[in-house]
Amino acid sequence: MIEAHHLTKTFKDKKRGIVTAASDVSFTCQLGRIYGLLGANGAGKTTTLRLLATLLKPTSGTCTVAGHDAATAPEKVRANVGFLAASTALYGRLTAREMVTYFGRLNSMTDEAIRTRLQVLADELDMHEFLDRRCDKFSTGMKQKTSIARTLIHDPAVMIFDEPTLGLDVMTARSIVKFVRDCRNRGKTVIYSTHVMSEVEKLCDTIGIIHAGRLVAEGTLADLQARFGEKDMEEIFVKAVGGEAALAEALKH
Amino acid sequence: MNWHHIVTVYLKELKDSLRDRRTLISMVVVPTLLMPLIMFGVGTIMTKVVRKAQDEATTLVILGGADSPGVVAALKADAKFKVSDSTADFKKLISEKQIRLAVELPVGFEAALKTGAAQTVTLYHYEGEMKSSMGVGEVDRFFRNLRDKTVETRLADRGLAADLVKPFEIKRQNVAPPEKVGGNMIGGLVPYIIIILCFTGAMYPAIDLTAGEKERGTMETLLCSPVHRVNIVLGKFLMVMTASVATIALTLVSTSVSIIIGGNLLAGGGKAAAGKAASGSGGFIPIIDPAGILGVFAMIAPVAMFFAAILLTISLFAKSYKEAQSYVSPLIIVVIMPAMMGMLPGIELTAKTALIPILNLSLVCKEMLSGVWHWQYIAIIFGSTSFYAAVALALCVRMFNREDVIFRA
Repeated sequence: MIEAHHLTKTFKDKKRGIVTAASDVSFTCQLGRIYGLLGANGAGKTTTLRLLATLLKPTSGTCTVAGHDAATAPEKVRANVGFLAASTALYGRLTAREMVTYFGRLNSMTDEAIRTRLQVLADELDMHEFLDRRCDKFSTGMKQKTSIARTLIHDPAVMIFDEPTLGLDVMTARSIVKFVRDCRNRGKTVIYSTHVMSEVEKLCDTIGIIHAGRLVAEGTLADLQARFGEKDMEEIFVKAVGGEAALAEALKH
Repeated sequence: MNWHHIVTVYLKELKDSLRDRRTLISMVVVPTLLMPLIMFGVGTIMTKVVRKAQDEATTLVILGGADSPGVVAALKADAKFKVSDSTADFKKLISEKQIRLAVELPVGFEAALKTGAAQTVTLYHYEGEMKSSMGVGEVDRFFRNLRDKTVETRLADRGLAADLVKPFEIKRQNVAPPEKVGGNMIGGLVPYIIIILCFTGAMYPAIDLTAGEKERGTMETLLCSPVHRVNIVLGKFLMVMTASVATIALTLVSTSVSIIIGGNLLAGGGKAAAGKAASGSGGFIPIIDPAGILGVFAMIAPVAMFFAAILLTISLFAKSYKEAQSYVSPLIIVVIMPAMMGMLPGIELTAKTALIPILNLSLVCKEMLSGVWHWQYIAIIFGSTSFYAAVALALCVRMFNREDVIFRA
């Protein structure tokens, strides 16, 4: 489970002064459910997820991930989280096996446990063919599979996906979406950020719309449809952020 | 601190670095080949060139001398000289290196030698040009001999003893042991090369492990793991230090092997330079105290720590490999300056200079290679450099905990 309470994060920027990337963000992500964080570029999705994964420290507010407080036990939080983002790359000079084994060791797993777990993951993800090849020679699909194996090696209770389908071809993107759904079906808590409306519609149990660092609307797809009187997710999104003018203004920054 | 995590990070970085061509070249190839190349390549070529220049007859022209046939004939008869009959402008010939020098004999030189009237022989040469300088030395010796003989003849004519004008001899005797001579000769150069290698050996891994990781997007992946950031920094730091120390160790091994093989080769050849080298009084391969080499290696450890921490800190700040290179490359000058100052005469090891990083190492290495061990200074230098290294490492850990540095984009 993930609980975020009034998370606020500000940065100093030379040109823009103090920038509020996340402002008073509160939400709860239940066990065995997918929480979708929907927002335009620069809305604060990545910052929020980095706060949950303890990569960043909040300026104010708190969050609890898998029962651990991010401020007091960041290492325990990370031990229970699998974090997959477009910006989490692989070590090109390591093989897929070495890459996944390395992260197993960093999670304090024994070599025996890593071997057993990797065997299971390689079966599930169909990785055997390229397991002992170096990552820099991989296709995008192979890279994604290896990254997924890396996030799952320690079997975390919470999965955080930050725009995992960004820049991927249709087939690879579809396999990722399927994999995210599998995670939920296995009882994991999943938080998924994207700016692709259709993914949210298909995938998420609860949707949070984030705009200019604030969570402006939250609920199931049905809730949001009722609240904004629209069927289409894109229309709901535009209304939630305060119209096209507000969206265009936010995207300027 | 979690040693399991530190070792895991370290071993992974070691494997990763050994698969990186840039790191391999700076860590293994350059240090292994550099010293043998300098010693055999440059050293052999220098020896050959100098010997060839020495063996070659000095081409010269004689200006005047029509009324001094005896001196001209003696010059022509000497195998060391090759007298040219060219009548072209001698200054131009010297400048164009067609001849090495010109000898101007005054009018009535030989006659004046007999009568005792004062005369001046002028040697025209090209200052700074090696062959011309060597030639002028030979001709100078020729005329000195002639002068000495003339003096002897004059003294004999007057029935006086030869030692009247040479009441005593001056003799030089070397008291320095061969190690000391060798240490003094290359004592400045060895630490200088080692300091530069220590720095360049650490440079590429430091950039690759920080800015390189940020650029390739693996830094965020690594930070997602439950490992405490101090352990990540220490693992990376140990790797950079390993690269630095490996660079120096390989240099020392290749240098020692070069000295042993080179010494044997030259001694086996029975050449003059080998004899000089064996006695430690000259040549290109002097003898060094082996304990000095070990001392240098021990003293370099805290400096390698210092360099590793500083380089990691600076390159961590950069967004990309290229940006890090542009920050780190000018630092080489900052490192070379104090290392070079250590080679200057007059800058000695004192309580003050012992506190200046890099310069102190350069100075103490020079002493150790000469077999002189100032234990109190060695302690000060080791202590102060370790302190600087610890401060730099603390700074590095702090930088690693700064979000604006880690996520700088």
